[in-house]
Amino acid sequence: MTKSALNGQQGDGTMTGANTDIREKVIAIIAEQAVLEPSDVSMESTLEDLGIDSLGLVESIFAIEEAFDIQVPFNANEPSQSDFDISNVSSIVAGVEKLVAEQHA
Amino acid sequence: MKRVVITGAGTINAIGHNVAETLESFREGRCGIAELDVRDADRLSVNIGAQVKGFISEGLFNRQQMALYDRFTMFALIAAREAIGQSGLEFTGELAARTGAVLGNSGGGMTTLDENYRSVYEDGKNRVHPFVVPKLMNNAAASHVSMEFNLKGPTFTVSSACASSNHAMSQAFMMVRSGMSPVMITGGSESMLCFGGVKAWEGLRVMSKDACRPFSANRNGMVQGEGAGVFVFEELEHAQKRGAEILAEVVGFAMTSDASDIVMPSKQGAARAISGAIQDARLNPSDVGYINAHGTGTAANDKTESAAVADAFGPHADTLMMSSTKSMHGHLIGGTGAVELLACIMAVRDGIIAPTIGYEEPDPECALDVVPNEAREAKVEVALSNAFAFGGLNAVLALRRF
Repeated sequence: MTKSALNGQQGDGTMTGANTDIREKVIAIIAEQAVLEPSDVSMESTLEDLGIDSLGLVESIFAIEEAFDIQVPFNANEPSQSDFDISNVSSIVAGVEKLVAEQHA
Repeated sequence: MKRVVITGAGTINAIGHNVAETLESFREGRCGIAELDVRDADRLSVNIGAQVKGFISEGLFNRQQMALYDRFTMFALIAAREAIGQSGLEFTGELAARTGAVLGNSGGGMTTLDENYRSVYEDGKNRVHPFVVPKLMNNAAASHVSMEFNLKGPTFTVSSACASSNHAMSQAFMMVRSGMSPVMITGGSESMLCFGGVKAWEGLRVMSKDACRPFSANRNGMVQGEGAGVFVFEELEHAQKRGAEILAEVVGFAMTSDASDIVMPSKQGAARAISGAIQDARLNPSDVGYINAHGTGTAANDKTESAAVADAFGPHADTLMMSSTKSMHGHLIGGTGAVELLACIMAVRDGIIAPTIGYEEPDPECALDVVPNEAREAKVEVALSNAFAFGGLNAVLALRRF
């Protein structure tokens, strides 16, 4: 895969195939953690909306790391200070896309 | 001082997935020891153990619970559900605030440790699941019992190797007897039948490769087991007011330390614990009809324990019965005293004495009535449960028929 293919959005705002995969995988991981169907997880959902508690969050991050073979810079002691924004599903997906891109850079 | 009774019992172990099955196995002299089914068993020199077979966590725990509970925690919860269910107690308000869970455990989440050591050392992985610590800490079982049943009083784990459960139940007994708590949940659990757990025990050269034959002249070591036993200890008036069924009364206990050797048992330390429990219960030695022995099947324990009983009881030692049920359920280490207390309840309540199975040859150094191979009917007023741990830590409980 090329860097540009992994890097996300193209000029017209549509997603590339690789990023659709990332989004779907991240949503699947979060949905599994929340015991929901992926279709019930929207990009605007917060983890709190989905009923994911602090242990569920670290388990989701672990599952994301395993799925994408990346290191997520997240410290549960200071989530807002982390480079990884967990404010909603969309920000998590964007964070994963960035990490995957960096890893393949 | 308050009187303390047992109003609920629960277990899961190699000879039964609940109390009824376990007592039936005691009566039938069933052996739960078999070939070990663990990963890399071919690299072990000890290939037998008393594993809990046919245990399926699906249906008993949801997916998140299964991810968060080590096997020893699951065992504790299953036993606690049975015990608390039998007691009929529900923990709300003041009762919840004063009731806690004190459980024995020695190894913590050994299967969790084993799997994750493999992952980082053997497979070279640099990432472990986030629940490794909450799964392996040895207070996990007590904590999850408190969470499932809303127990908000004193809750902790007691770890004294093979005496952990007896020390834990002694703590719970003291709390109820003193009036500190009207009810305590107590007992213990263990699950170390994994490659690393068995390998560690192999190193000590005290394990049998073929069978557990306590007090038999041809005994050649202990056999590890796994599982849990949990009880509801309740203040007598509290139990009577609500019309609870009483299984037995806990009348006394004693704890001693040998202060001599990290592995070799001491006759004096054991005898002081036995005599201490009888004195604490304000009984005469001749009141004791049955002892559930520590009876590990090692050369050292069984002769030392027999000598300690002879010293503590004098001539009455030749009259009382003493059996080791480890011959059936194996040595549950930190959970063993809890499962063995069931044999004491059976003795005082049902008048049936669990046998020492696998008994083949009399040993002059263990010349007591060890109820060889077959269960026996006998009226027993008082039963003792012995536990003598590595480290020289001893704890003995006394139960009386209610």
